Amino acid sequence: MARRSAPEVNAGSMADIAFLLLIFFLVTTTIEVDSGIASKLPPPLPDEVQPPLIKEKNIFQVIVNAENRLLVEDADMDIKDLTAAAVKFLDNGGGTDARNACTYCRGAKDPESSDNPKKAIISLVNDRQASYKMYLAVTNELVRAYATLRDREGQRLYNETYGSMTKRLSDWPATEVESPEYEELKGKIDKVRELFPRNLSEAEPQNRE
Amino acid sequence: MSKFKKKKSGELPAVSTASLPDIVFMLLFFFMVATVMRDDELQIENKLPQANQVEKLAEKKKVVTIYIGKPSPNFQKTYGLTEVVQLGDKIAPVSDVQTFVNTKRNLMDEDDKDAMTVSLKVDQNSQVGILTDVKQELRDAYALKISYTSVEGDPLKNLKN
Repeated sequence: MARRSAPEVNAGSMADIAFLLLIFFLVTTTIEVDSGIASKLPPPLPDEVQPPLIKEKNIFQVIVNAENRLLVEDADMDIKDLTAAAVKFLDNGGGTDARNACTYCRGAKDPESSDNPKKAIISLVNDRQASYKMYLAVTNELVRAYATLRDREGQRLYNETYGSMTKRLSDWPATEVESPEYEELKGKIDKVRELFPRNLSEAEPQNRE
Repeated sequence: MSKFKKKKSGELPAVSTASLPDIVFMLLFFFMVATVMRDDELQIENKLPQANQVEKLAEKKKVVTIYIGKPSPNFQKTYGLTEVVQLGDKIAPVSDVQTFVNTKRNLMDEDDKDAMTVSLKVDQNSQVGILTDVKQELRDAYALKISYTSVEGDPLKNLKN
């Protein structure tokens, strides 16, 4: 009795399936985007323009020297304490007259410190020989101070942290950017930003030799 | 009337295509593993520092990248040991930054020109001095949106090593 051999499966279309997969992955692969600390440079100043006068108490001086040591408001400081010090300065709200008073600040209202977060400026001066990682760590801590305060205000006004709002904005589907909800969210973010604007000034670095 | 009857005719048997998918898969895996998503060949050391207050960069077509760091060992003969700037795929003097940024900006779509971001990829061990010079050039070129590209992590960890 002849044994019937099993019919062979036709594998000819396997290649097509593989190609289909190959093309699918080629098309859908997105390259991971870099991330970094965003910053804005001031536009070049014409020579004859005088910089506006700013009250000493509205400036928070941060200096990084060539040995990567940190000097904050003329005192030595560890970088771990920088965020807290910056928050304390920004949130002080020492202004008393109607023009300068800050209604939402919860700080110590120290008359020797900043009047209003809108006027408060953090000035970062670094030596040319300071290392980049120290510079970035300091910038990071200062940005974190602004982020903490914005989160707090977002929570107070809209019951949502600033961080979560900006994340929602960047994740918004591109097809629905015309919707009123999107505009509303954008408005909220701008409002919070306005309460604590990022006035981070970087002076020309000094080279004291 | 032969006893040994030819079983098959003379025609050639079909080549089996069963192994074709394996070959295609092999190609697929090779390319998946070998692909490096980098546009510029680096001629400098470029180890990015860590930070955690980061924002995602804009789309790739709106980004111009400038690298800063010490030249890698094969280029130290030509460029020395101090930090240099790499624009595109070659090392260039700081004064070329303006021209480089303007050229890149001119190649962009009209809509993207305003949203152009300069991504600064600076080696974590370089000194701030050269970065400041580059930033000054960028100000003069009106390329004001910048981003210090970094790896996500705790910045205080940078300082320990």
